[in-house]
Amino acid sequence: MQEEIVKNIILGEDEDYIINMGPQHPSTHGVLRFEVSLQGERIKKVVPHCGYIHRGIEKMCERDTYAQIIHLPDRMDYLSAHINNEAVCLCVEKALEVDVPERVTYIRTILDELNRIASHQLWWCAMGMDMGALTTFFYGLRDREKILDIFEESFGSRLIHSFNTPGGFMHDIHPGFQKRIKEFITYFRQKLPEYDRLLTNNVIFRERSIDIGTLSKDDAIQYGVTGPSGRGSGFSCDVRKIEPYGVYSRVEFNEILMTEGDVMARYKVRIAEMYESMRILEQLVDNIPAGDYSAKMKAVLRLPAGEFFQRVETARGELAVFIVSDGNKSPYRIKFRSPNFSNLFIISKLAEGFKIADLVAISGSLDLVIPDIDR
Amino acid sequence: MRMENNSLRQRMETLVPDATFPINSQYLELVVPDGLFHEFCLNLKTSPDLLFDYLISLTAIDWKDHYMMVYHLTSTTFRHTVVLKVRIDNRENPQVETVSDIWKTAEFHEREVFDLFGIRFLHHPDLRRLFLDDDYGFPLRKDFADESRMIVK
Repeated sequence: MQEEIVKNIILGEDEDYIINMGPQHPSTHGVLRFEVSLQGERIKKVVPHCGYIHRGIEKMCERDTYAQIIHLPDRMDYLSAHINNEAVCLCVEKALEVDVPERVTYIRTILDELNRIASHQLWWCAMGMDMGALTTFFYGLRDREKILDIFEESFGSRLIHSFNTPGGFMHDIHPGFQKRIKEFITYFRQKLPEYDRLLTNNVIFRERSIDIGTLSKDDAIQYGVTGPSGRGSGFSCDVRKIEPYGVYSRVEFNEILMTEGDVMARYKVRIAEMYESMRILEQLVDNIPAGDYSAKMKAVLRLPAGEFFQRVETARGELAVFIVSDGNKSPYRIKFRSPNFSNLFIISKLAEGFKIADLVAISGSLDLVIPDIDR
Repeated sequence: MRMENNSLRQRMETLVPDATFPINSQYLELVVPDGLFHEFCLNLKTSPDLLFDYLISLTAIDWKDHYMMVYHLTSTTFRHTVVLKVRIDNRENPQVETVSDIWKTAEFHEREVFDLFGIRFLHHPDLRRLFLDDDYGFPLRKDFADESRMIVK
């Protein structure tokens, strides 16, 4: 009897071994806790616990005016700050039926793509670092710095610039904006192939990413996994193609789709998206029309009573802004359908049966930003 | 085939004759009676000419005398979109049938709504609070007041 109990404890067969990964774990990139049930080294179950950085952004928005609200969504997904700002602006502009100057639309699309590249660069370097390749971190941050410099020159801040207002921008772009972008594209076209040489074809990285955490297309749709993570499984979910906003209907680019659905597929989608983003930038950068940087807007905005819905594609997937207005100067209810919230919960399904070290690779490949989950 | 709002509306009327259609400039919007709701959702997903397989967003609105559940659905095959609504009149004990067995992502969106609005989802597999403590109250309700942590105007 005694011997049997001892044997069971050693084999760990009678109960699960539970490990808390987070809330302060380097590979979760923020305060998120995974409650991982293990059998030996194999994962039986992952339960995500969120709420460590819940700030009640939706409740705060009910208090603020529309011009003030712009400053809150960029605190959700801080790596797609501009795109989040734009989503709210587009929704407010749609409700007010404002004609935004062409110049604004062009610059917004350019900033979207710069933001997407910067976000994917940071994802790439963090993903490599999570899996033990420290050099990627220096390469990624080195190149991301060039984009942040462009942002800093025009808007004064680097990460969350709150440069958008309903109707346009706070002020015009810096005269050197286009030249800087062209310099960046020339520079990054040389550097991006290095990413492949360093990490994509690395034997250790391939072993740890191919056929790990496979997500089927049906599951991607069922769980609402969008963005590069969904497209890695063949779920065509690019809002830039489905419901084009900005000038996306006028530029040529491909929606990157892969069918494998593993960590490697999601990785390759993001690398390919950086090439596509540069292609969009090349088409737009010389064609920014002259004109005003903002439409004429009233000092206090009051949206007509009704419900307005705007979908945009952030670097991580589909962000939807849903504004319910009762005709007052602040929204009656605002809902942010954030991409990371939906992307997170697939992780229990993906990690099941894999080893604990694979969980790091899987959560890295989903590219989670935690403040966007909790909001 | 992608259906425009008019033909989509006719199709919906055959499914739920009691539905009302509020004006929405963007998508087709319909309010479905509580009792038929779950069966109707199942029809939306499985009917071969509709195939609403992707639930974009699920949320609630507190209109002070009632709650309104709002579901944004789209079809990844046909790309038509519909806004589905269910009215909940019971303010004391608000509850509605879950759709998490139809669209898996609803499980977590419903947990969020339960956490912030206190709306119970019947037959939900795992209805726990998502962000806040059990004794916090329901902050997105309009009558929520927490004077120690909120600026009350």
